[in-house]
Amino acid sequence: MSVVAEHISEHVHRDDLGSRMGIWLFLFTELVLFGGMFLVYAVYRFTYQQEFHVAAKELNTLIGTLNTLILLTSSLTMVLAIVAIRKDNKFLSIFFQVITIFLAFGFMVNKYFEWMAKIHHGIYPGSETLLAKGNGEILFFGLYYVMTGLHGLHVLIGMVLIGVMTRFTMKGTVNSDKYIHLEAAGLYWHLVDIIWIFLFPLFYLIT
Amino acid sequence: MHDKEQSVSYLDYKGKHSGIFAWILSTDHKRIGLLYLMASLLFFAVGVTFGFLMRLELIAPGRTIMDAQTYNSLFTLHGIIMIFLFVIPGLPAVFGNFFLPILIGAKDVAFPRLNLLSWWLYVLGALLAVISVFLPGGPADTGWTFYIPYSIRSTTNVMPALIAAFILGFSSILTGLNFIVTIHRMRAPGMTFFKMPLFAWSLYATAWVQILATPIIGITLLLVTVERMFGVGLFDPALGGDPVLYQHLFWIYSHPAVYIMILPAMGVVTEIIPVFSHRTIFGYKFIAFSSCAIALFGSMVWAHHMFTVGMSETAQVIFSLLTFLVAIPSAIKVFNWVATLYKGSISTDAPLLYALGFIFLFSIGGFTGLIQGALSVNMHIHDTSFIVAHFHYVMFGGTGFGIFAAMHYWFPKMFGKMYNMKTAKVGFWTLFVGFNTLYFPMFVMGWLGMPRRYFDYLPEFQIYHFISTIGSWILIVGLIIMFTNFIKALRSKTSYTNINPWSGETLEWTVPNKPPLENFEVIPTITAGPYEYKDNDEILTKEDN
Amino acid sequence: MNEDHLQHTIEHKPTYGIYILVWLVLLMLTGVTVAVAGINFGNITVATALTIAIVKSYLVLTFFMHLKAETATFKLFVGVALLFLLISIALLFSDYSFL
Repeated sequence: MSVVAEHISEHVHRDDLGSRMGIWLFLFTELVLFGGMFLVYAVYRFTYQQEFHVAAKELNTLIGTLNTLILLTSSLTMVLAIVAIRKDNKFLSIFFQVITIFLAFGFMVNKYFEWMAKIHHGIYPGSETLLAKGNGEILFFGLYYVMTGLHGLHVLIGMVLIGVMTRFTMKGTVNSDKYIHLEAAGLYWHLVDIIWIFLFPLFYLIT
Repeated sequence: MHDKEQSVSYLDYKGKHSGIFAWILSTDHKRIGLLYLMASLLFFAVGVTFGFLMRLELIAPGRTIMDAQTYNSLFTLHGIIMIFLFVIPGLPAVFGNFFLPILIGAKDVAFPRLNLLSWWLYVLGALLAVISVFLPGGPADTGWTFYIPYSIRSTTNVMPALIAAFILGFSSILTGLNFIVTIHRMRAPGMTFFKMPLFAWSLYATAWVQILATPIIGITLLLVTVERMFGVGLFDPALGGDPVLYQHLFWIYSHPAVYIMILPAMGVVTEIIPVFSHRTIFGYKFIAFSSCAIALFGSMVWAHHMFTVGMSETAQVIFSLLTFLVAIPSAIKVFNWVATLYKGSISTDAPLLYALGFIFLFSIGGFTGLIQGALSVNMHIHDTSFIVAHFHYVMFGGTGFGIFAAMHYWFPKMFGKMYNMKTAKVGFWTLFVGFNTLYFPMFVMGWLGMPRRYFDYLPEFQIYHFISTIGSWILIVGLIIMFTNFIKALRSKTSYTNINPWSGETLEWTVPNKPPLENFEVIPTITAGPYEYKDNDEILTKEDN
Repeated sequence: MNEDHLQHTIEHKPTYGIYILVWLVLLMLTGVTVAVAGINFGNITVATALTIAIVKSYLVLTFFMHLKAETATFKLFVGVALLFLLISIALLFSDYSFL
């Protein structure tokens, strides 16, 4: 039995570049997933330019900008976490990862208040207030909720992933010699950031 | 010395799991390939049954054995099952999984555990699709295309079907991801990209389409689900949504999906033709690049499914032109296959018959595709049974026969048993006759105006429907002959020990039948390209002189 | 095969400074986007906002995601993915931009 077990462990080889390649390919699927939504946005924006303009006024540019800054900073702290662990500074790496999670949490809190404010004003899919508006505005808010909702889901997933990485770093599974897992989580997180980099101007800055 | 553990076949070796868990928790690419084989053949049988029932209904006008609602659900399920559970995974997940690592001289794929996850996602998606049939509300009746607005309005179980398709898409994506990294990172020393077997090239091109195109349908189906749940209005025309936009998004995936289906089948044919001609493949690089060209151009033609919905003339002309262009790389492959056969020393065994059958049937399918690509003609034949005939010729006559070819070609290697060659040939001819009898009349009646997805029809079409239904019976007999032959071989006690019955030149013919866990005792170093039939080349040179 | 099977690291010596610098540029670009949005240039505002978004994404891709340090294969991959999206949107608009 043990001979066979040795074969199996020989079998699992380490290939960090291959792992990174795999993560990048997965990120492409996320890129295209959101890309599809951006296609829908583009078509409706093109068809209902004026109404999108009007609808966007409902959004709070300040919160949007704040969220952009939060995510950009969280991207920084994530990459700094990797530099730290490569320099064998375990504590600093954990610190940066935890900051990243807090920033992500801050993003979600902002998002929550944004959504709540809109829902209080009666603007949500299927609401009477929304249905009374023109088609272009209905579409704008439909896109708004679905796109920021899907993005928010990815932020949540990212928080969980980075939380797991924090644990790995504490336990030593992620260390100065082997940090591919942290890199993978980082790459995922940066993509979440990039998606927001496009969401922000397209929803908040078209007034 | 020769390691005793290494010579244990992949079917017999004992790992840390036992019983059924040794299979459903196995990360061995060969076992996973077989898991996919069993699951997909099961669903193929279900899909065939639905097809059989549909043809039975259509043998005469009016109601024959079922009502219209049932018929609508049948063709919906037939499409979903055949496309998502058989044709798309068929070659990559079964034969790609089993043979890609061996073909490139590797022990396994890049991410074996991810591979297992792919299979589990496949099973989960399939189960959800099956369950949707039995939940209250009844099976979806929208057609596998889920067109808006009916897919938002229908009270049948559209949502489970949508979610099932989403999960299946994930399975497909992860397989593609695995294969790309495997091909880039795990080729044996000396095997450059241009020394890889062409089946590997076809899997590579397919994998890119799987990764890039599938997420589009993921988001599209998600949007329809969200639409049904929350009424967001993104596609609903009553709220300003554009149903044609849905069609665009749907086909941006679903057209490349047909290239996911056909590229590996072309790859299998490319493996078989040189072996059974005992000649090296003609135009290796052309075939490799044409796979990439098909993948690229194939993502630019989707709206040819939408010529009648009211797109701009500009779009129609552009897509029609691109559709004509995408035929070119496929034609290049056909030329290369024929050129390989020319002056070859031909062995007419079952694998070659199926490969030749592929070329014939796929060509008919391909030519009729060009006919459909002509805008003015399309106006008349869109949504008729002409289209149904076309896609069955390419998907069934093409990929289906490609799958059967792969089964016959690699059977001895996978199972260490051999089937009866005479029976296999009888099976082939029965299938071939049945197939053409079933589908060719559909071209004729479609041209004459018979609509597709119609439960009932005018009496003038009956003769074609009648012939077609008889064809379906002959086809099924052919399938029974083929599968009985395989089952008999599997149950035979005689071990087949010839590790290279076809005189193949690729790596799988150097390892034992029922290969051991890690495929190779020693990873080979590659010095030559695949299909190097030196003796034959010498003969040719002498003839020329 | 020229790709090292055991290649673990990308660059040799990691430093914090470059990333902080990139971050500052990203913040500044965000500021510019918001400022320009306030001035209504119509379509130019949109084009500017998108261009800046592309530049920001390029910075995140190249530096934070280490695309700069990866092999040519990775860069080709990203190109292919972006090409697919570009083709899709261009051909999609062949329907919507024209009558």
